[in-house]
Amino acid sequence: MEVKEKKVGLENEEYIINMGPQHPSTHGVLRLVVALKGEIVQRVEPHIGYIHRGIEKMCENLTYQQIIHLTDRMDYLSAHINNEAVCLAVENALEIEVPERVKYIRTIMSELTRIQSHQLFWATFGMDLGGLTCFFYGLRDREKILDIFEESCGGRMIVSYNTPGGLMNDIHPNFQNRVKEFLKYFRGVIHEYDDLLTGNVIFQERSKGMGVMTLEQAIAWGLTGPTGRASGFSCDIRKHNPYSAYDKVTFREILYTEGDVFHRYLARMEEMRESMNIIDQLIDNIPEGPYTAKMKPVIKLPEGEYFQSVETARGELGVYIVSDGNKNPFRVKFRSPNFVNLAPLNLMASGSKIADLVAIGGSLDLIIPDIDR
Amino acid sequence: MKSVIEYFKGIYNGIKSLLVGMSVTGGYFIKPGTTLTQQYPDNRDTLVMFERFKGEVVMPHNEKNEHKCTGCGICEINCPNGTIEVISATEVTEEGKKKRIIDKHIYHLGMCTFCGLCVKTCPSQALAFSQEFEHAVFDRTKLTKVLNQPGSKLMKGVE
Repeated sequence: MEVKEKKVGLENEEYIINMGPQHPSTHGVLRLVVALKGEIVQRVEPHIGYIHRGIEKMCENLTYQQIIHLTDRMDYLSAHINNEAVCLAVENALEIEVPERVKYIRTIMSELTRIQSHQLFWATFGMDLGGLTCFFYGLRDREKILDIFEESCGGRMIVSYNTPGGLMNDIHPNFQNRVKEFLKYFRGVIHEYDDLLTGNVIFQERSKGMGVMTLEQAIAWGLTGPTGRASGFSCDIRKHNPYSAYDKVTFREILYTEGDVFHRYLARMEEMRESMNIIDQLIDNIPEGPYTAKMKPVIKLPEGEYFQSVETARGELGVYIVSDGNKNPFRVKFRSPNFVNLAPLNLMASGSKIADLVAIGGSLDLIIPDIDR
Repeated sequence: MKSVIEYFKGIYNGIKSLLVGMSVTGGYFIKPGTTLTQQYPDNRDTLVMFERFKGEVVMPHNEKNEHKCTGCGICEINCPNGTIEVISATEVTEEGKKKRIIDKHIYHLGMCTFCGLCVKTCPSQALAFSQEFEHAVFDRTKLTKVLNQPGSKLMKGVE
Protein backbone atom coordinates (compact mmCIF):
# COMPACT_ATOMS: atom_id res chain seq x y z
CA MET A 1 0.00 0.00 0.00
CA GLU A 2 1.19 3.37 -0.91
CA VAL A 3 1.56 5.81 1.93
CA LYS A 4 0.61 9.30 0.98
CA GLU A 5 2.91 11.97 2.17
CA LYS A 6 1.24 14.06 4.84
CA LYS A 7 0.91 17.70 4.12
CA VAL A 8 2.94 19.74 6.54
CA GLY A 9 1.28 22.96 7.67
CA LEU A 10 2.18 25.97 5.67
CA GLU A 11 4.71 28.27 7.18
CA ASN A 12 2.33 31.18 7.61
CA GLU A 13 -0.50 29.16 9.05
CA GLU A 14 -1.70 30.07 12.52
CA TYR A 15 -1.68 27.67 15.39
CA ILE A 16 -4.60 28.11 17.80
CA ILE A 17 -4.38 27.01 21.42
CA ASN A 18 -6.60 27.39 24.44
CA MET A 19 -5.08 28.90 27.55
CA GLY A 20 -7.44 28.08 30.34
CA PRO A 21 -10.13 27.78 31.65
CA GLN A 22 -8.02 25.65 33.99
CA HIS A 23 -4.66 27.32 33.70
CA PRO A 24 -2.66 28.32 36.78
CA SER A 25 -1.71 31.71 35.44
CA THR A 26 -5.22 32.87 34.56
CA HIS A 27 -6.12 32.97 38.28
CA GLY A 28 -9.55 31.53 37.71
CA VAL A 29 -11.72 30.22 34.94
CA LEU A 30 -10.70 32.57 32.15
CA ARG A 31 -10.24 31.02 28.72
CA LEU A 32 -7.91 32.76 26.32
CA VAL A 33 -7.95 31.55 22.72
CA VAL A 34 -4.49 32.41 21.49
CA ALA A 35 -3.53 32.43 17.83
CA LEU A 36 0.19 31.77 17.48
CA LYS A 37 2.65 31.95 14.68
CA GLY A 38 5.62 30.08 16.02
CA GLU A 39 6.07 31.61 19.44
CA ILE A 40 4.63 35.00 18.57
CA VAL A 41 1.10 35.80 19.68
CA GLN A 42 -0.98 36.96 16.73
CA ARG A 43 -4.17 37.69 18.63
CA VAL A 44 -5.81 36.86 21.93
CA GLU A 45 -9.50 36.34 22.32
CA PRO A 46 -10.79 36.13 25.90
CA HIS A 47 -13.78 33.86 26.38
CA ILE A 48 -15.61 34.69 29.57
CA GLY A 49 -18.71 33.43 31.31
CA TYR A 50 -17.46 30.29 33.06
CA ILE A 51 -18.30 31.65 36.51
CA HIS A 52 -21.30 33.75 35.60
CA ARG A 53 -23.79 33.61 38.44
CA GLY A 54 -26.18 36.34 37.41
CA ILE A 55 -25.50 38.53 40.41
CA GLU A 56 -27.06 41.60 38.79
CA LYS A 57 -30.27 39.70 38.10
CA MET A 58 -30.30 38.10 41.56
CA CYS A 59 -30.12 41.56 43.10
CA GLU A 60 -33.52 42.37 41.65
CA ASN A 61 -35.14 39.87 43.99
CA LEU A 62 -33.26 40.86 47.12
CA THR A 63 -33.58 43.74 49.54
CA TYR A 64 -30.85 46.33 49.79
CA GLN A 65 -29.36 44.76 52.90
CA GLN A 66 -29.22 41.38 51.20
CA ILE A 67 -27.43 42.68 48.10
CA ILE A 68 -24.34 43.36 50.21
CA HIS A 69 -23.42 39.72 50.63
CA LEU A 70 -23.50 39.14 46.85
CA THR A 71 -21.06 41.98 46.18
CA ASP A 72 -18.54 40.18 48.40
CA ARG A 73 -18.48 37.48 45.79
CA MET A 74 -17.69 39.62 42.78
CA ASP A 75 -14.20 40.89 43.42
CA TYR A 76 -13.43 38.78 46.42
CA LEU A 77 -10.11 40.53 47.09
CA SER A 78 -11.79 43.92 47.41
CA ALA A 79 -14.88 42.58 49.17
CA HIS A 80 -15.00 45.42 51.65
CA ILE A 81 -14.83 48.13 49.01
CA ASN A 82 -17.57 46.48 46.95
CA ASN A 83 -19.82 46.47 50.01
CA GLU A 84 -19.07 50.11 50.58
CA ALA A 85 -20.06 51.00 47.01
CA VAL A 86 -23.57 49.61 47.39
CA CYS A 87 -23.95 51.14 50.85
CA LEU A 88 -22.89 54.57 49.62
CA ALA A 89 -25.31 54.35 46.69
CA VAL A 90 -28.20 53.48 49.03
CA GLU A 91 -27.22 56.15 51.56
CA ASN A 92 -26.99 58.81 48.85
CA ALA A 93 -30.39 57.81 47.55
CA LEU A 94 -31.94 58.07 51.00
CA GLU A 95 -29.93 61.25 51.76
CA ILE A 96 -28.68 59.82 55.04
CA GLU A 97 -25.58 61.21 56.71
CA VAL A 98 -23.69 58.32 58.28
CA PRO A 99 -21.78 58.97 61.54
CA GLU A 100 -18.18 60.16 61.28
CA ARG A 101 -17.01 57.02 63.06
CA VAL A 102 -18.45 54.85 60.31
CA LYS A 103 -16.68 56.90 57.63
CA TYR A 104 -13.33 56.55 59.35
CA ILE A 105 -13.67 52.83 59.95
CA ARG A 106 -14.80 52.22 56.38
CA THR A 107 -11.81 54.10 55.03
CA ILE A 108 -9.34 52.22 57.21
CA MET A 109 -10.90 48.90 56.28
CA SER A 110 -10.86 49.80 52.59
CA GLU A 111 -7.19 50.66 52.69
CA LEU A 112 -6.38 47.44 54.55
CA THR A 113 -8.30 45.61 51.84
CA ARG A 114 -6.25 47.38 49.20
CA ILE A 115 -2.99 46.42 50.89
CA GLN A 116 -3.93 42.76 51.19
CA SER A 117 -5.10 42.68 47.59
CA HIS A 118 -1.82 44.11 46.35
CA GLN A 119 0.10 41.71 48.57
CA LEU A 120 -1.66 38.82 46.87
CA PHE A 121 -0.98 40.44 43.50
CA TRP A 122 2.71 40.60 44.35
CA ALA A 123 2.68 37.00 45.51
CA THR A 124 0.95 35.58 42.45
CA PHE A 125 2.67 37.84 39.94
CA GLY A 126 6.03 36.67 41.18
CA MET A 127 4.79 33.10 40.88
CA ASP A 128 3.56 33.68 37.30
CA LEU A 129 7.01 34.86 36.33
CA GLY A 130 8.79 31.96 37.96
CA GLY A 131 9.62 33.28 41.42
CA LEU A 132 7.77 30.88 43.69
CA THR A 133 9.38 32.34 46.82
CA CYS A 134 7.29 35.49 46.49
CA PHE A 135 4.13 33.52 47.03
CA PHE A 136 5.12 32.52 50.56
CA TYR A 137 6.27 35.97 51.58
CA GLY A 138 3.17 37.65 50.19
CA LEU A 139 0.77 35.30 51.91
CA ARG A 140 2.70 35.50 55.18
CA ASP A 141 2.07 39.23 55.45
CA ARG A 142 -1.46 39.05 54.10
CA GLU A 143 -2.37 36.66 56.89
CA LYS A 144 -1.91 39.45 59.42
CA ILE A 145 -4.51 41.63 57.70
CA LEU A 146 -6.91 38.73 57.38
CA ASP A 147 -6.59 38.23 61.12
CA ILE A 148 -7.58 41.86 61.68
CA PHE A 149 -10.63 41.34 59.47
CA GLU A 150 -11.54 38.12 61.21
CA GLU A 151 -11.42 39.73 64.62
CA SER A 152 -13.64 42.69 63.75
CA CYS A 153 -15.85 41.45 60.91
CA GLY A 154 -16.06 37.73 61.54
CA GLY A 155 -14.90 36.78 58.07
CA ARG A 156 -11.53 36.67 56.42
CA MET A 157 -12.27 37.37 52.77
CA ILE A 158 -16.06 37.40 52.62
CA VAL A 159 -16.46 40.07 55.27
CA SER A 160 -20.00 41.49 54.76
CA TYR A 161 -19.08 44.19 57.26
CA ASN A 162 -20.88 47.18 55.74
CA THR A 163 -24.61 47.56 55.80
CA PRO A 164 -26.67 50.46 54.45
CA GLY A 165 -26.40 53.12 57.14
CA GLY A 166 -23.29 51.90 58.91
CA LEU A 167 -21.52 48.74 59.96
CA MET A 168 -22.68 45.31 61.09
CA ASN A 169 -20.96 45.71 64.45
CA ASP A 170 -18.47 48.00 66.10
CA ILE A 171 -14.75 47.48 65.70
CA HIS A 172 -13.14 45.08 68.11
CA PRO A 173 -11.37 46.74 71.08
CA ASN A 174 -8.07 45.31 69.82
CA PHE A 175 -8.54 46.74 66.35
CA GLN A 176 -6.46 49.90 66.65
CA ASN A 177 -3.56 48.18 68.37
CA ARG A 178 -3.52 45.38 65.85
CA VAL A 179 -3.55 47.75 62.89
CA LYS A 180 -0.70 49.80 64.37
CA GLU A 181 1.22 46.60 65.04
CA PHE A 182 0.68 45.51 61.46
CA LEU A 183 1.83 48.85 60.02
CA LYS A 184 4.98 48.71 62.09
CA TYR A 185 5.62 45.15 61.03
CA PHE A 186 4.88 45.71 57.35
CA ARG A 187 7.03 48.83 57.10
CA GLY A 188 9.86 46.64 58.36
CA VAL A 189 9.44 43.89 55.78
CA ILE A 190 8.27 45.70 52.65
CA HIS A 191 11.89 46.16 51.58
CA GLU A 192 12.02 42.39 51.17
CA TYR A 193 9.48 42.71 48.37
CA ASP A 194 11.82 45.01 46.49
CA ASP A 195 14.88 42.88 47.24
CA LEU A 196 13.22 39.69 46.11
CA LEU A 197 11.43 40.81 42.98
CA THR A 198 11.59 44.47 41.98
CA GLY A 199 15.34 44.62 41.65
CA ASN A 200 15.69 41.12 40.24
CA VAL A 201 17.35 41.19 36.84
CA ILE A 202 15.30 38.33 35.40
CA PHE A 203 12.07 39.95 36.51
CA GLN A 204 13.04 43.31 35.06
CA GLU A 205 14.06 41.81 31.75
CA ARG A 206 10.73 40.04 31.49
CA SER A 207 8.56 42.98 32.48
CA LYS A 208 10.12 46.17 31.14
CA GLY A 209 8.67 47.34 27.86
CA MET A 210 6.04 44.57 27.72
CA GLY A 211 2.39 45.20 26.92
CA VAL A 212 2.70 48.97 26.63
CA MET A 213 -0.47 51.04 26.78
CA THR A 214 -0.05 54.70 25.93
CA LEU A 215 -2.06 57.37 27.71
CA GLU A 216 -4.39 57.80 24.72
CA GLN A 217 -5.00 54.05 24.52
CA ALA A 218 -5.58 53.79 28.26
CA ILE A 219 -8.21 56.53 28.15
CA ALA A 220 -9.80 55.13 25.00
CA TRP A 221 -10.13 51.67 26.52
CA GLY A 222 -11.25 53.01 29.90
CA LEU A 223 -8.47 51.46 31.97
CA THR A 224 -8.71 52.42 35.62
CA GLY A 225 -6.90 51.61 38.82
CA PRO A 226 -3.16 50.96 38.95
CA THR A 227 -3.37 49.61 35.38
CA GLY A 228 -4.56 52.96 34.06
CA ARG A 229 -2.39 55.05 36.35
CA ALA A 230 0.74 53.28 35.12
CA SER A 231 -0.04 54.80 31.72
CA GLY A 232 -0.41 58.25 33.25
CA PHE A 233 -4.21 58.35 33.34
CA SER A 234 -5.15 60.21 36.51
CA CYS A 235 -8.26 58.24 37.45
CA ASP A 236 -8.20 57.84 41.22
CA ILE A 237 -11.79 58.19 42.45
CA ARG A 238 -10.47 58.72 45.98
CA LYS A 239 -8.79 61.89 44.74
CA HIS A 240 -11.23 63.21 42.16
CA ASN A 241 -14.52 62.37 43.80
CA PRO A 242 -13.78 61.64 47.46
CA TYR A 243 -16.17 59.50 49.43
CA SER A 244 -16.14 58.37 53.10
CA ALA A 245 -13.14 59.97 54.86
CA TYR A 246 -10.87 60.39 51.85
CA ASP A 247 -11.42 64.17 51.85
CA LYS A 248 -9.82 64.33 55.30
CA VAL A 249 -6.53 62.68 54.38
CA THR A 250 -3.66 63.73 52.20
CA PHE A 251 -2.14 61.16 49.90
CA ARG A 252 -0.35 60.95 46.61
CA GLU A 253 -1.85 59.55 43.46
CA ILE A 254 0.70 57.18 41.97
CA LEU A 255 1.25 58.07 38.32
CA TYR A 256 3.74 56.73 35.81
CA THR A 257 3.97 57.41 32.12
CA GLU A 258 5.53 54.23 30.76
CA GLY A 259 2.46 52.02 30.91
CA ASP A 260 4.30 48.72 30.68
CA VAL A 261 4.08 45.61 32.85
CA PHE A 262 6.86 46.77 35.15
CA HIS A 263 5.22 50.10 35.91
CA ARG A 264 1.84 48.52 36.55
CA TYR A 265 3.65 46.43 39.11
CA LEU A 266 5.45 49.47 40.55
CA ALA A 267 2.17 51.40 40.80
CA ARG A 268 0.77 48.68 43.05
CA MET A 269 3.89 48.57 45.19
CA GLU A 270 3.75 52.32 45.74
CA GLU A 271 0.02 52.17 46.46
CA MET A 272 0.68 49.85 49.36
CA ARG A 273 2.95 52.48 50.88
CA GLU A 274 0.39 55.24 50.26
CA SER A 275 -2.36 53.12 51.83
CA MET A 276 -0.22 52.76 54.95
CA ASN A 277 0.12 56.56 55.07
CA ILE A 278 -3.65 56.96 54.81
CA ILE A 279 -4.24 54.52 57.67
CA ASP A 280 -1.61 56.34 59.74
CA GLN A 281 -3.55 59.57 59.48
CA LEU A 282 -6.85 58.00 60.52
CA ILE A 283 -6.15 55.24 63.01
CA ASP A 284 -5.60 57.47 66.04
CA ASN A 285 -8.46 59.84 65.29
CA ILE A 286 -11.44 57.50 65.00
CA PRO A 287 -14.21 59.64 66.53
CA GLU A 288 -16.49 58.24 69.19
CA GLY A 289 -20.10 57.69 68.34
CA PRO A 290 -22.60 55.16 67.08
CA TYR A 291 -21.48 52.61 64.53
CA THR A 292 -24.64 52.84 62.51
CA ALA A 293 -27.15 55.49 61.54
CA LYS A 294 -30.79 54.91 62.45
CA MET A 295 -32.35 52.96 59.62
CA LYS A 296 -35.79 51.54 59.01
CA PRO A 297 -35.87 47.75 58.95
CA VAL A 298 -37.23 47.79 55.38
CA ILE A 299 -35.32 50.14 53.11
CA LYS A 300 -37.26 51.57 50.19
CA LEU A 301 -35.41 53.89 47.87
CA PRO A 302 -37.36 56.73 46.29
CA GLU A 303 -38.07 56.29 42.60
CA GLY A 304 -35.11 57.22 40.46
CA GLU A 305 -31.64 56.30 39.28
CA TYR A 306 -28.58 56.34 41.50
CA PHE A 307 -24.93 55.93 40.74
CA GLN A 308 -21.91 55.66 42.98
CA SER A 309 -18.37 54.84 42.02
CA VAL A 310 -15.54 53.83 44.33
CA GLU A 311 -11.91 52.95 43.85
CA THR A 312 -11.31 49.26 44.43
CA ALA A 313 -7.87 47.69 44.39
CA ARG A 314 -8.27 47.14 40.65
CA GLY A 315 -9.98 50.27 39.45
CA GLU A 316 -13.28 52.03 39.36
CA LEU A 317 -16.30 50.07 40.52
CA GLY A 318 -19.56 51.75 39.61
CA VAL A 319 -22.89 50.78 41.13
CA TYR A 320 -25.95 51.87 39.21
CA ILE A 321 -29.31 51.30 40.87
CA VAL A 322 -32.71 51.95 39.33
CA SER A 323 -35.47 52.00 41.89
CA ASP A 324 -39.21 51.95 41.32
CA GLY A 325 -39.96 52.67 44.98
CA ASN A 326 -40.19 49.05 46.14
CA LYS A 327 -37.99 47.30 48.66
CA ASN A 328 -36.18 45.54 45.83
CA PRO A 329 -34.22 47.42 43.20
CA PHE A 330 -35.72 47.46 39.71
CA ARG A 331 -32.31 47.06 38.06
CA VAL A 332 -28.74 46.90 39.32
CA LYS A 333 -25.68 47.27 37.14
CA PHE A 334 -22.09 46.97 38.28
CA ARG A 335 -19.38 48.59 36.24
CA SER A 336 -16.63 46.23 37.22
CA PRO A 337 -13.01 47.26 36.72
CA ASN A 338 -11.76 43.84 35.67
CA PHE A 339 -14.11 43.47 32.73
CA VAL A 340 -12.90 46.75 31.30
CA ASN A 341 -9.25 46.05 32.07
CA LEU A 342 -9.41 42.69 30.31
CA ALA A 343 -10.71 44.18 27.05
CA PRO A 344 -7.41 45.57 25.68
CA LEU A 345 -5.51 42.32 26.31
CA ASN A 346 -5.41 41.62 22.58
CA LEU A 347 -3.93 45.03 21.91
CA MET A 348 -1.29 44.60 24.61
CA ALA A 349 -0.28 41.04 23.88
CA SER A 350 -0.35 40.69 20.10
CA GLY A 351 3.17 40.71 18.75
CA SER A 352 4.76 39.51 21.96
CA LYS A 353 5.89 36.01 22.88
CA ILE A 354 3.51 33.55 24.50
CA ALA A 355 5.46 33.62 27.77
CA ASP A 356 4.96 37.37 27.89
CA LEU A 357 1.23 36.88 27.62
CA VAL A 358 1.39 35.37 31.11
CA ALA A 359 3.25 38.44 32.36
CA ILE A 360 0.81 40.85 30.71
CA GLY A 361 -2.22 38.98 31.99
CA GLY A 362 -0.74 38.84 35.46
CA SER A 363 0.00 42.56 35.50
CA LEU A 364 -3.69 43.33 34.91
CA ASP A 365 -4.39 41.56 38.22
CA LEU A 366 -7.62 40.03 36.98
CA ILE A 367 -10.25 38.57 39.27
CA ILE A 368 -12.45 36.38 37.10
CA PRO A 369 -15.64 36.35 39.24
CA ASP A 370 -15.68 40.13 38.90
CA ILE A 371 -15.55 39.86 35.10
CA ASP A 372 -18.46 37.45 34.89
CA ARG A 373 -20.45 38.50 37.96
CA MET B 1 34.70 50.17 24.33
CA LYS B 2 31.69 51.72 25.98
CA SER B 3 29.47 48.78 25.04
CA VAL B 4 31.95 46.35 26.58
CA ILE B 5 31.82 48.25 29.89
CA GLU B 6 28.02 48.30 29.70
CA TYR B 7 28.04 44.55 29.06
CA PHE B 8 30.12 43.71 32.13
CA LYS B 9 28.21 46.25 34.20
CA GLY B 10 25.02 44.46 33.24
CA ILE B 11 26.42 41.11 34.33
CA TYR B 12 27.65 42.58 37.61
CA ASN B 13 24.32 44.26 38.40
CA GLY B 14 22.40 41.15 37.43
CA ILE B 15 24.38 38.87 39.72
CA LYS B 16 24.19 41.46 42.50
CA SER B 17 20.40 41.64 42.24
CA LEU B 18 20.15 37.85 42.44
CA LEU B 19 22.38 37.78 45.52
CA VAL B 20 20.28 40.49 47.21
CA GLY B 21 17.19 38.36 46.68
CA MET B 22 18.94 35.25 47.91
CA SER B 23 20.09 37.03 51.05
CA VAL B 24 16.43 37.52 52.06
CA THR B 25 15.58 33.85 51.76
CA GLY B 26 18.95 32.82 53.17
CA GLY B 27 18.38 35.08 56.17
CA TYR B 28 15.15 33.27 57.01
CA PHE B 29 16.79 29.92 56.40
CA ILE B 30 19.28 30.48 59.22
CA LYS B 31 16.69 32.04 61.55
CA PRO B 32 14.27 29.19 62.27
CA GLY B 33 12.57 31.22 65.04
CA THR B 34 10.72 33.26 62.44
CA THR B 35 8.69 30.38 60.99
CA LEU B 36 4.96 30.87 61.17
CA THR B 37 3.50 27.56 60.05
CA GLN B 38 0.67 26.26 62.21
CA GLN B 39 0.61 22.49 62.62
CA TYR B 40 -3.11 22.51 62.01
CA PRO B 41 -4.68 19.14 62.72
CA ASP B 42 -2.24 18.60 65.60
CA ASN B 43 -2.91 21.94 67.28
CA ARG B 44 -6.67 21.53 67.53
CA ASP B 45 -6.61 21.57 71.33
CA THR B 46 -4.87 24.91 71.55
CA LEU B 47 -6.42 26.52 68.47
CA VAL B 48 -8.63 29.45 69.48
CA MET B 49 -10.78 31.17 66.88
CA PHE B 50 -11.79 34.82 67.20
CA GLU B 51 -15.00 35.29 69.12
CA ARG B 52 -16.75 36.99 66.21
CA PHE B 53 -15.77 34.32 63.68
CA LYS B 54 -18.81 33.30 61.65
CA GLY B 55 -18.63 29.52 61.81
CA GLU B 56 -22.24 28.39 61.81
CA VAL B 57 -25.54 29.66 63.17
CA VAL B 58 -26.55 28.18 66.52
CA MET B 59 -29.30 28.83 69.00
CA PRO B 60 -27.82 29.12 72.49
CA HIS B 61 -29.73 27.25 75.19
CA ASN B 62 -29.34 27.80 78.92
CA GLU B 63 -28.88 25.07 81.51
CA LYS B 64 -32.68 24.62 81.87
CA ASN B 65 -32.91 23.79 78.15
CA GLU B 66 -34.53 27.11 77.33
CA HIS B 67 -33.96 29.28 74.27
CA LYS B 68 -35.02 32.79 73.29
CA CYS B 69 -36.65 32.10 69.91
CA THR B 70 -40.27 33.26 69.73
CA GLY B 71 -40.83 31.94 66.22
CA CYS B 72 -41.48 35.36 64.68
CA GLY B 73 -39.74 34.38 61.43
CA ILE B 74 -37.79 37.60 60.94
CA CYS B 75 -34.59 35.59 60.36
CA GLU B 76 -36.38 33.59 57.66
CA ILE B 77 -37.50 36.79 55.88
CA ASN B 78 -34.06 38.38 56.08
CA CYS B 79 -32.13 35.36 54.85
CA PRO B 80 -31.12 35.97 51.24
CA ASN B 81 -31.01 32.31 50.15
CA GLY B 82 -33.67 30.46 52.09
CA THR B 83 -31.23 28.92 54.53
CA ILE B 84 -33.60 29.17 57.49
CA GLU B 85 -37.05 27.62 57.81
CA VAL B 86 -39.10 28.33 60.92
CA ILE B 87 -41.90 25.83 61.47
CA SER B 88 -44.15 27.20 64.18
CA ALA B 89 -46.91 25.62 66.22
CA THR B 90 -49.54 27.06 68.53
CA GLU B 91 -49.66 26.44 72.23
CA VAL B 92 -52.41 27.21 74.70
CA THR B 93 -51.00 29.09 77.66
CA GLU B 94 -52.15 28.79 81.28
CA GLU B 95 -54.45 31.80 80.86
CA GLY B 96 -56.16 30.05 77.96
CA LYS B 97 -54.59 32.26 75.26
CA LYS B 98 -53.23 30.91 72.02
CA LYS B 99 -49.54 31.57 71.58
CA ARG B 100 -47.11 30.92 68.72
CA ILE B 101 -44.07 28.84 69.57
CA ILE B 102 -41.47 27.19 67.39
CA ASP B 103 -41.79 23.59 66.51
CA LYS B 104 -38.60 23.33 64.45
CA HIS B 105 -36.00 25.93 63.53
CA ILE B 106 -34.34 24.35 60.50
CA TYR B 107 -30.97 25.58 59.30
CA HIS B 108 -29.47 24.43 55.98
CA LEU B 109 -25.76 24.87 56.51
CA GLY B 110 -25.01 23.92 52.91
CA MET B 111 -26.90 26.96 51.63
CA CYS B 112 -25.63 29.47 54.17
CA THR B 113 -23.43 32.32 52.92
CA PHE B 114 -22.61 33.65 56.42
CA CYS B 115 -23.85 37.17 55.73
CA GLY B 116 -24.91 37.49 59.37
CA LEU B 117 -28.28 39.12 58.69
CA CYS B 118 -30.28 36.55 60.71
CA VAL B 119 -28.13 37.05 63.80
CA LYS B 120 -28.14 40.83 63.46
CA THR B 121 -31.87 41.26 62.87
CA CYS B 122 -33.18 38.80 65.48
CA PRO B 123 -35.27 40.92 67.86
CA SER B 124 -34.66 38.66 70.86
CA GLN B 125 -31.00 37.72 70.21
CA ALA B 126 -31.93 34.07 69.95
CA LEU B 127 -29.33 33.26 67.32
CA ALA B 128 -25.55 33.44 67.49
CA PHE B 129 -22.52 32.33 65.53
CA SER B 130 -20.38 29.51 66.84
CA GLN B 131 -16.69 29.22 66.09
CA GLU B 132 -16.99 25.70 64.69
CA PHE B 133 -15.40 25.60 61.25
CA GLU B 134 -14.89 21.92 60.44
CA HIS B 135 -18.07 21.40 58.46
CA ALA B 136 -17.01 18.61 56.13
CA VAL B 137 -19.33 15.58 56.19
CA PHE B 138 -19.76 12.57 53.92
CA ASP B 139 -23.55 12.81 53.73
CA ARG B 140 -25.22 16.00 52.54
CA THR B 141 -28.33 15.47 54.65
CA LYS B 142 -26.22 15.99 57.76
CA LEU B 143 -25.89 19.64 56.78
CA THR B 144 -29.56 20.26 57.53
CA LYS B 145 -29.75 20.98 61.22
CA VAL B 146 -32.54 21.61 63.71
CA LEU B 147 -31.34 24.40 65.95
CA ASN B 148 -33.79 24.10 68.86
CA GLN B 149 -32.98 21.15 71.07
CA PRO B 150 -35.71 18.53 71.63
CA GLY B 151 -37.94 19.40 74.57
CA SER B 152 -36.65 22.95 74.80
CA LYS B 153 -38.87 25.81 75.83
CA LEU B 154 -39.02 29.56 75.44
CA MET B 155 -37.09 31.42 78.09
CA LYS B 156 -39.29 33.28 80.55
CA GLY B 157 -39.57 37.00 80.00
CA VAL B 158 -38.86 36.83 76.26
CA GLU B 159 -41.73 38.07 74.12
